[in-house]
Amino acid sequence: MLNSHDILETVNMIDQENLDVRTITMGISLLDCIDSDPQKACDKVYDKICRYAENLVKTGEDISREYGIPIIHKRISVTPVAMVAGACPGTSPVRFAKALDRAASSVGVNFIGGYSALVHKGFAPGDYALIQSIPEALSETEVVCSSVNIGSTKAGINMDAVGKMGQVIVDLAKNTAQRDCIGAAKLVVFCNAPEDNPFMAGAFHGPGEPDCVINVGVSGPGVVRAALAKAGDCDITAVADIVKRTAFKITRMGQLVAQEASRRLCVPFGIVDLSLAPTPAVGDSVAHILEEMGLERCGACGTTACLALLNDAVKKGGVMASSHVGGLSGAFIPVTEDAGMIEAARCGALTLTKLEAMTAVCSVGLDMINIPGDTPAEVISAIIADEAAIGMVNSKTTAVRVIPAIGKKAGDELNFGGLLGGGPVMEVNTYSPAKFIHRGGRIPAPMQSLKN
Amino acid sequence: MRAVITVLGKDMVGILAKVCTICANNGANVVEVTQSVLQEFFAMIMLVDLSSSSSSVTELSEELTAMGDEMGLRIHVMHEDIFNSMHRI
Repeated sequence: MLNSHDILETVNMIDQENLDVRTITMGISLLDCIDSDPQKACDKVYDKICRYAENLVKTGEDISREYGIPIIHKRISVTPVAMVAGACPGTSPVRFAKALDRAASSVGVNFIGGYSALVHKGFAPGDYALIQSIPEALSETEVVCSSVNIGSTKAGINMDAVGKMGQVIVDLAKNTAQRDCIGAAKLVVFCNAPEDNPFMAGAFHGPGEPDCVINVGVSGPGVVRAALAKAGDCDITAVADIVKRTAFKITRMGQLVAQEASRRLCVPFGIVDLSLAPTPAVGDSVAHILEEMGLERCGACGTTACLALLNDAVKKGGVMASSHVGGLSGAFIPVTEDAGMIEAARCGALTLTKLEAMTAVCSVGLDMINIPGDTPAEVISAIIADEAAIGMVNSKTTAVRVIPAIGKKAGDELNFGGLLGGGPVMEVNTYSPAKFIHRGGRIPAPMQSLKN
Repeated sequence: MRAVITVLGKDMVGILAKVCTICANNGANVVEVTQSVLQEFFAMIMLVDLSSSSSSVTELSEELTAMGDEMGLRIHVMHEDIFNSMHRI
């Protein structure tokens, strides 16, 4: 029989330490929905999503009940809509956002990602119109998420797009100011965006992906923290080993769920994203793992080193547990979604500058950060440029998801509720980068891109 | 399929009997049982075979969970594959 200790350990992880499969995300290609007639294209998009994802939510719930594992989200990612909408010049891409929203509501998923454009080297037909339409599209839909890839190690950074995105974020926050600016929480600006990321708000179904695919995102910061707490005063090598062992177990569970979902839905299995994704719930925090390693507060000197170890150990532990690892895979540091980060930001231990350093070693970037409502668009663009530069040079994904808190200043709070959480508005350096941003053009790809 | 039932909580008379009755009523064959009582804390792990069961694992799970709620016990019913995946290479 199975070992009793192992069984009780697993039950305890689920019961007490918030272990769950965070998301089953179905990626759906919309390339065959392209039509020069916008109404026909939107109908095809709606029909295809409803047909493919008809049983997604039910299957996720069935697996959750039968296996006894919480599966929190069932979601959909689609081909970047700019590629589909580009065939309908003169039509507002917002029509497509509404079709996505309707389809998501019909099949019962809680987010649909892919109102996106990939413009790291320049704007193709449809890209510019889509980016322009983001403030309207995300404020007039409920569950549509958007992302824009403005740079890559191979292509450099499209500074025209960077300049544009600062203003888009401000406009989006203003459009949803009555709802704590929540629109900006549904938009991610990427450098080196992965094409198979199952996590929102940055999920989209890349053009190199198959027609339909199942990607699974695991989670479990609470489990890692509890394992470290049980280990007591061990040295840092032992800490890394504990994280690896725990990540292995978590990922195995994700792999099992992914294979089962793939089999039941008759859709190929894509990847498992082995990320530590926090939630605002107590006991589900990445910051608390870093504090368990020996920091008084997340944000203290030493935070970057601890996060680097954590991010690396999670990958090393998880990579053997899954046949295909992909997505972002690492430790997320979204401030408003992490109870420990919220506390650290409130007491001043965690600052934007420290977070920027942390993004050089974590799996994403500046994520879910509330900034003052009067932050100039150029400053937001420059934050994006800095993050993209870190990603471009280090050949990693970086992203920016900041929320300008309209009408609020540093120290005030925004509350989104649910998994998006809430937290304090953080201070931003407002010395002007306007001249740099208005230059436009493209930052050339770094030497690291010349690998051939 | 085979499922693992875990029952955790304060020890009291009749826990094993009640769990087994529900299993029998649902046609779940008990393959193995291990049980320990440490001071007042009761922990039982039961492996059941549901291949000739009249009910689904979901129905069994719901019935057992309801019983657990009544008696103040934490009862989980989980597919055996979870443990094989997580703890065996």
